[in-house]
Amino acid sequence: MSRPDHTQSYPRFLWRCVLSSLEGNGYYFAWMGGLFVLMLIGLDAFSGQTVEGMGVTAMSDHVSWGIYIANLTYFVGLAAGGVMMVIPAYLYKDHEMHKVVLAGEFLAIAAIVVALGFVAVDIGRPDRFWHIIPGIGRFNWPMSMLTWDVIVLSGYLLFNLHVAGYLLYTRFIGEQPSARFYVPVVLLSIVWAVSIHTVTAFLYSGLGGRPFWNTAILAPRFIASAFVTGPAFILLALQIVRRVTDFDMGVGPLRTLVAIMRVTAIVNLFLMLSEVFTLFYTGGAHAVGARYLYLGIDGHDALVPWIWSSMALNFTSAVLFVFSGVRKHRFRVNVACVFALVGIWIEKGMGLIVPGFVPSTLHEIVEYVPNLVEWKVSIGLWALGLMIYTIGAKLSVAVYTGAERLKPASNPDTDDNASSTKASTP
Amino acid sequence: MKTKTTRRTHLKVLGATLGGAGFLKAVAPLAQWTGDLDLDGFLQNHYKELGPDELASVLARHEEACKADYGADVEIRDVRPTPGVVFGYALNLSICNGCRKCAEACHQENNHDRASHQSYIRVFEMQKGSMDFEHGDAGYDHAVPAKDKFYMPVQCQQCENAPCVKVCPVEATWQESDGIVVVDYDWCIGCRYCEAACPYHARRFNWHKPEIPAEEVNPDQAYLSNRIRPQGVIEKCTFCLHRTREGRLPACLEACPTGSRVFGNMLDPDSEIRWILENKRVFVLKEELGTKPRFFYFFDE
Repeated sequence: MSRPDHTQSYPRFLWRCVLSSLEGNGYYFAWMGGLFVLMLIGLDAFSGQTVEGMGVTAMSDHVSWGIYIANLTYFVGLAAGGVMMVIPAYLYKDHEMHKVVLAGEFLAIAAIVVALGFVAVDIGRPDRFWHIIPGIGRFNWPMSMLTWDVIVLSGYLLFNLHVAGYLLYTRFIGEQPSARFYVPVVLLSIVWAVSIHTVTAFLYSGLGGRPFWNTAILAPRFIASAFVTGPAFILLALQIVRRVTDFDMGVGPLRTLVAIMRVTAIVNLFLMLSEVFTLFYTGGAHAVGARYLYLGIDGHDALVPWIWSSMALNFTSAVLFVFSGVRKHRFRVNVACVFALVGIWIEKGMGLIVPGFVPSTLHEIVEYVPNLVEWKVSIGLWALGLMIYTIGAKLSVAVYTGAERLKPASNPDTDDNASSTKASTP
Repeated sequence: MKTKTTRRTHLKVLGATLGGAGFLKAVAPLAQWTGDLDLDGFLQNHYKELGPDELASVLARHEEACKADYGADVEIRDVRPTPGVVFGYALNLSICNGCRKCAEACHQENNHDRASHQSYIRVFEMQKGSMDFEHGDAGYDHAVPAKDKFYMPVQCQQCENAPCVKVCPVEATWQESDGIVVVDYDWCIGCRYCEAACPYHARRFNWHKPEIPAEEVNPDQAYLSNRIRPQGVIEKCTFCLHRTREGRLPACLEACPTGSRVFGNMLDPDSEIRWILENKRVFVLKEELGTKPRFFYFFDE
């Protein structure tokens, strides 16, 4: 076979990517249509917020960051967790993992897009976004941790887009991927994955005026929980892919993911307990945010039921991971993943951001509970992320099963049929 | 087979139409919003990069906008710091009686939003025997001074090592040579990182467009201080730089009936603030954080 002309085949690849996302069976359209509607609801709420001002949210000068920044934190973790597919595949040469490694790459891509979306909806002047672009605006680097976050998040997005795109494209044109074009980027992205969540932790832990965040253990805690949520999300996604497609991945990758989570879920609990011990045994001003979070202060206890649910979910999921096998206890493993995703969303979301502000730096207690606008915007962005991930997964399955490939002089009709029967058989 | 394909195509067209219409409906409010933005404002450069002509046209544009939006004739000036001046502020806690006249004066001088009754000053009623804000209350509503209480007004401490300046991702806030920390309201992106970083709750966000009746607008304004702020940006106390840089006193000091406030140039050996710093046992808030405030507190006895 002669080498394909990339100027011809690459646009064709991109065009097939677009078409592939617009094809599928009834279930696919129902799923994507539902997500699209949710996204529109979020977009509508965001438009209203932009016109009326951030005052339509439940945030205030006392609690000036809320569910948006909570979600930003969580999704950066999810993106970093995607690397837990990449490490076994590339550092430990796990061949079965190689087959499904794109599930991690696309999680990174979708989660970073969602994280950046949560930044965009949180800033009061989205029209001035260009002020933060290096070279055009004024980029307060290296002093501001937020500029570091811009660099690491956009870098991580680009690396993963490159690797995922390159692997899919070479498969599409029927060539072996050439290691020098992507393996260095993969190795860099492993380090980078740790950096995105570390920098995000430094964003908070560097603030001396907020004792609840001002702890050196914050970055390690972020990494530990990211390495639970990332594998948990991927495991659930792979279970779904196994059900709705005929893509044969074997049970090996799932087993590896559970093995990872057995360790990371316990490390996450251990770090949390270390923090809680230090805060409560010492007491004093440093512990006051934690007291609000876990016990409530003077009858102000909006977060107390949440954090205890989170503790129960995280603990149960850790126990389930330890005592379940992928093949024997599929349901139990899936439940553990859902518990871990929800438990850590609470812990690394609202449970992290809000106690930083309650009580305030001058010890005033103003509580915060997200309102309908914030929920709509958040759900809209989650839906956007799921749409991106679904398209990525569908595309990967189609390319890896050979349903989507470059065919010389192929006729679009047969192409259509090939992909819809192969890729989306329920 | 043929009819099935056509039905499928019809469904797709219908879906795409509905989706497109829904999308347009969802972003409709944004069209109104972008209509309100003007291109000059969008492209406006950072304060420090504005040449004299550009700055003059920016000031004129803001004066016109104030007339159009609020119906008020105002003069917006660019008042620069004087070399050899570093401002300091001291507050005598023995005589402050908690009347909150300072907070009210700030509200009016700085063209704060009337609806939220915003002010850069919060006065805490503190329990004698404790300097801990845990025993303080900013929401007291009774005759002052109350028994066994003292009063602690808190505003921007104009820190020499300001955490808020450090964290700003776009350099929209900085410290001027006279020690005053300012915000370019036309450059701030509204991320509120500075509000999270400030240990003194000194910063405020414009959650909505400020509301002020035309007759209540203070027309004596400066670009970096009390001009009416746009929606979605951060603001803070500027030691009334439009007054103090021209030799007048801050509005909060002028309004204080007890004389507990002392303001001046710390580099001038004959100034009253220098005398306080040299002769009173002054302290600063949260000294352990290393922010080096230029706002000092002291007791008389």
